[in-house]
Amino acid sequence: MKSLEGDGYKVDFDSGDSSIRLAGSLRLGGLSEYAPISQLLDESLDGRSTLTVDLTGLEFLNSSGIATLSKFVINARNRKDCALTIRGSNAIPWQGKSLNNLKRLMPALELVFD
Amino acid sequence: MTEDFGHFVDIRPGRDAESLNLSFWPGHLPLKQRWRNNGLSADFLGDYVTTFFPLDDDIPETRHRQAEIRGAVSYIANELLENAMKFHDAGQPEPITILSLDDEQIVFQESNGASADNAAAFRAFIARLREADPGELYLEQLERNALSEDTAGLGYLTMINDYGAELAWRFEAGHDGGYRVITQVTLKL
Repeated sequence: MKSLEGDGYKVDFDSGDSSIRLAGSLRLGGLSEYAPISQLLDESLDGRSTLTVDLTGLEFLNSSGIATLSKFVINARNRKDCALTIRGSNAIPWQGKSLNNLKRLMPALELVFD
Repeated sequence: MTEDFGHFVDIRPGRDAESLNLSFWPGHLPLKQRWRNNGLSADFLGDYVTTFFPLDDDIPETRHRQAEIRGAVSYIANELLENAMKFHDAGQPEPITILSLDDEQIVFQESNGASADNAAAFRAFIARLREADPGELYLEQLERNALSEDTAGLGYLTMINDYGAELAWRFEAGHDGGYRVITQVTLKL
């Protein structure tokens, strides 16, 4: 398990389970501040044929965070070696509005809402 | 001199108008220290509006609607405050966020100072935004950001695409060739 923690958020990458979970509220100031999370997301794709990104506990994500997540999805799309699933929650309003855009970036993405 | 882009709403302190006003002087604290206040203020605005969208246990839809409105207000206010803090020119008057509510819409109004150069770049972005299809421009911007780390305008594009918001801007000539830029975001109810 590899983790990143900051003010109000947590990211856990569980290699054995092939899943990475983002939880809390993420409103970091720009892509440079998102770099460690971006790196962990990209790393979680390495040598893996499936990966689940669990966002069911991510209450808030600002536009820099949306940019970071989109960048990761584009990276996964371009690598073509890992089947990506993103789990969202219907109880968190921003996810119903914004996560569908990721599917437009990567049609093969499996988007599941709890 | 004043220049408008989009439909600018006149916010008048009328008898039935509810509004809330937050003022900041970004220069008083380092940006890094100030940043977490964006989230606190935005969440406060989100919670504040829920008063006007009460829960009714007999109508389950009210719970969903309240959560949707809280989320939308919190997201939009946070983006506007982040922009105000990032782009504010300390030579100009302070950024302010006004949240105005009536039966039909919620209007956010944020103003900040901008240097002549920043104002010109921003005008060019607004011109692109007004000419392009916002859905396509959004995807284009995400693809570009994956290569060049350029996230310009993504906050505005999410407001339009994901929240169905209408945006308008007013540029007022200010001190030393700079401008006071007022951004309005309208959410129809």
